[in-house]
Amino acid sequence: MRIVLHIWRQANAAAAGRMVRYELPNVNTHMSFLEMLDILNEDLIGRGEDPVAFDHDCREGICGMCGCMVNGVAHGPLPGTTLCQLHMRHFKDGDELYLEPWRARAFPVVKDLVVDRSAFDRLIAAGGFISVATGSAPDGNAILVPKENADRSMDAAACIGCGACVAMCPNASASLFMGAKLAHLGLLPQGQPERDRRVMAMEAQANRELFGSCTNIGECEAVCPKDIKLEVIARMNRDFLHANWIGRGGLKGD
Amino acid sequence: MPLDSKSPGGPIETRWDRHRFSLKLVNPANKRKHTIIVVGTGLAGGSAAATLAELGYQVKCFCFQDSPRRAHSIAAQGGINAAKNYHNDGDSVYRLFYDTVKGGDFRSRESNVYRLAQISLNIIDQCVAQGVPFAREYSGYLDNRSFGGAQVSRTFYARGQTGQQLLLGAYQALERQIGAGAVEMYPRTEMLDLIVVDGRARGIVTRNLLTGKVESHLADAVVLGTGGYGNVYYLSTNAKGSNATAIWRAHKRGALFANPCFTQIHPTCIPVSGDYQSKLTLMSESLRNDGRVWVPKKKGDARKPGEIPKEDRDYYLERRYPSFGNLVPRDVASRNAKMVCDEGRGVGETGLAVYLDFHDAIQRLGKPVIVERYGNLFDMYERITGEDPYQAPMRIFPAIHYTMGGLWVDYNLMSNLPGLYVIGEANFSDHGANRLGASALMQGLADGYFVLPNTINDYIASTKVEKMDAGHPAVKEAEQQVNCVTRRLLEAKGTRTVDSYHRELGKLMWEYCGMSRTATGLKHALEEIPAMREQFWRDVKVLGTGEELNQSLEKAGRVADFFELAELMCLDALERNESCGGHFREEYQTPDGEAARNDDRFSYVAAWEFRGVGNPPGLQQEPLAFEYVHPAQRSYK
Repeated sequence: MRIVLHIWRQANAAAAGRMVRYELPNVNTHMSFLEMLDILNEDLIGRGEDPVAFDHDCREGICGMCGCMVNGVAHGPLPGTTLCQLHMRHFKDGDELYLEPWRARAFPVVKDLVVDRSAFDRLIAAGGFISVATGSAPDGNAILVPKENADRSMDAAACIGCGACVAMCPNASASLFMGAKLAHLGLLPQGQPERDRRVMAMEAQANRELFGSCTNIGECEAVCPKDIKLEVIARMNRDFLHANWIGRGGLKGD
Repeated sequence: MPLDSKSPGGPIETRWDRHRFSLKLVNPANKRKHTIIVVGTGLAGGSAAATLAELGYQVKCFCFQDSPRRAHSIAAQGGINAAKNYHNDGDSVYRLFYDTVKGGDFRSRESNVYRLAQISLNIIDQCVAQGVPFAREYSGYLDNRSFGGAQVSRTFYARGQTGQQLLLGAYQALERQIGAGAVEMYPRTEMLDLIVVDGRARGIVTRNLLTGKVESHLADAVVLGTGGYGNVYYLSTNAKGSNATAIWRAHKRGALFANPCFTQIHPTCIPVSGDYQSKLTLMSESLRNDGRVWVPKKKGDARKPGEIPKEDRDYYLERRYPSFGNLVPRDVASRNAKMVCDEGRGVGETGLAVYLDFHDAIQRLGKPVIVERYGNLFDMYERITGEDPYQAPMRIFPAIHYTMGGLWVDYNLMSNLPGLYVIGEANFSDHGANRLGASALMQGLADGYFVLPNTINDYIASTKVEKMDAGHPAVKEAEQQVNCVTRRLLEAKGTRTVDSYHRELGKLMWEYCGMSRTATGLKHALEEIPAMREQFWRDVKVLGTGEELNQSLEKAGRVADFFELAELMCLDALERNESCGGHFREEYQTPDGEAARNDDRFSYVAAWEFRGVGNPPGLQQEPLAFEYVHPAQRSYK
């Protein structure tokens, strides 16, 4: 089938970008979206043109490295799917697709469809962990974890850090990403001692990174390839209020 | 001179304890005066970098991805083994040790494997404390399952994303140290050479993938946790970026490369669908618990699977291996799939696939049970192939998945180059000729959290390294070497893309150094590869410059290394005149077609020394002694 691509081309962070039109006359329906871009790039190199830079690695939807906007939707039209797992059979002959990099102030464009998501790493470095030095852990069964908590913690921990939530949010808020990490750790007994510090530290870092605030629009949940639920943001807000209370002289358990 | 593994002797149960006590320590106040470089941020590299920083060392950590959280350990699905014996089902450290040595077809080092089995206990504890959401029972206790044909339930798991969750644990521990200023992190930075001074590893040369800037980093020791080399085959279950450049370039600087021909082929992957295919996707082998593998009895039977009656189907695994049936180990299942396809009985458009059929299981257990057990895998299959596996059988075919070979290391995980440590899949040490399921995660974390941070102290404490700076001639020479390779790749200005060469090499390797090998085929490959490599350097087409984000240039450097490594793999496979584990030489099989080992001649680790591109490498041997688990033929009949 024939597919027309309009791709954002930008040589580097400082350069001006523009949309460029490419026509692919023979796209196999079994191809993945990224395999279509591979074919385009092979073709561009053959013609002596600079191939389109895009991030990708595992191509099985788990590493979180790939992603771009397809017709204004992060990771394209299929719900719960990363760009690498999107196959061309979901498109029609003659479709025109507009590919743009993630759009967020905290994710500056590096080149073409590649952006810098290191702000996510700094959010984790600020507090998205449990402080346990290697070797000091008690037996794995010493602290029991109710199955429901473990399951819900796992739901949140499934986040792959791709950044689609930020890209889709009109405020470029990182709330779904942060909420997922806070829920993952906050639902486990091991995560309790640092729960207040964690939310305060991550929130402060998010402000420094110029992520926006959450206004409960829900676009993030709609495009999340791992189906992270909006309720993690509600949990985060509750944790934040509680941590503020503690910060003003309250005590844990108050 | 045989290689010295530095394995401690004496009773195997106390070897690691006694060895640890004999190692020198570094005074806590002095640790911050020493810098250690860690390359790679997967389970091995990430856990090592975090732990070394906790100990007080200055750590510099590197990865080529945009974040340390993306390393390919993240894709592991099944689980991680530990001999906790929480189920009282007869498991023990000794049994895990025994299973791993036997599963490795008696080509691994007993001391290392025993230590791995011991440490498996600590890993689970550590990961639970970090907040890894392992599956739990309603009582709140950790859940286990049996995996990969093991007769005990020792596999811990977090849904189908165990690798992801363990990696996030290590990544968060690493980010904590980065936030504390104890680790200097360099993402999107690729190691392109090792700096060796007076025979010691003293640093690395890197290229910043965004700016192209070539830089040197100096240290007291260098740790490589850069993963395996399965992408030499182009199509594999590895991530697109997984590469052998760090270990290969260390090899070219003197590190020995051990057992390069030991590669693992996973039997249950989604088959290739066309020339555009960029990677292969693994389906967890747990599917073989309920799926039945079959092909038509007749060659070229073009009927749809549902139209082929039972009497015209060949359930070949159940027929040949009545006691293990569809649950035979990975190497046996893979080889049999190839055999029936070679006979012309393969299915699907390409004829390179076999059926994995759940019809009987759905009849027996009902669809809801199958949905609960395998729902996510069935969805994944449908997403990729567009076919509904509840209606028609899945089509599967083996694919390259893991490489047991890697840089040679001693019991301390140090290569023959003092100061160069190699951990995780990048080394050769624990899996012999075949790796068991749920053991890769265990080894990566054992090396990174518990082994290396103990053994490296001894080297730091007992070695006085000279002060040096970036002006040292060895540094300048390594930088020049890196710049020279980049220039050659950019200046070739040929006609064919990097990928087209990579595909060609991959096809050749799959054909002649894949699931089964022959002396004739390997000799043919050894003639083809140098010619192909020569053409690559003359004719490769890499656009752009070296001073920007240039993904073709990155790939070109990695493929150049694959061309050299491929030759060594074929040579090693040719020299090893026996069949063992993942290495099957057609000339060496039992009368009923099983792998025939030759313990008298080949009970050794083949460690190869680099002697220049195109020159025959030197072979050094580390003899393997089996004091506890006595070599026997593996039988799954």
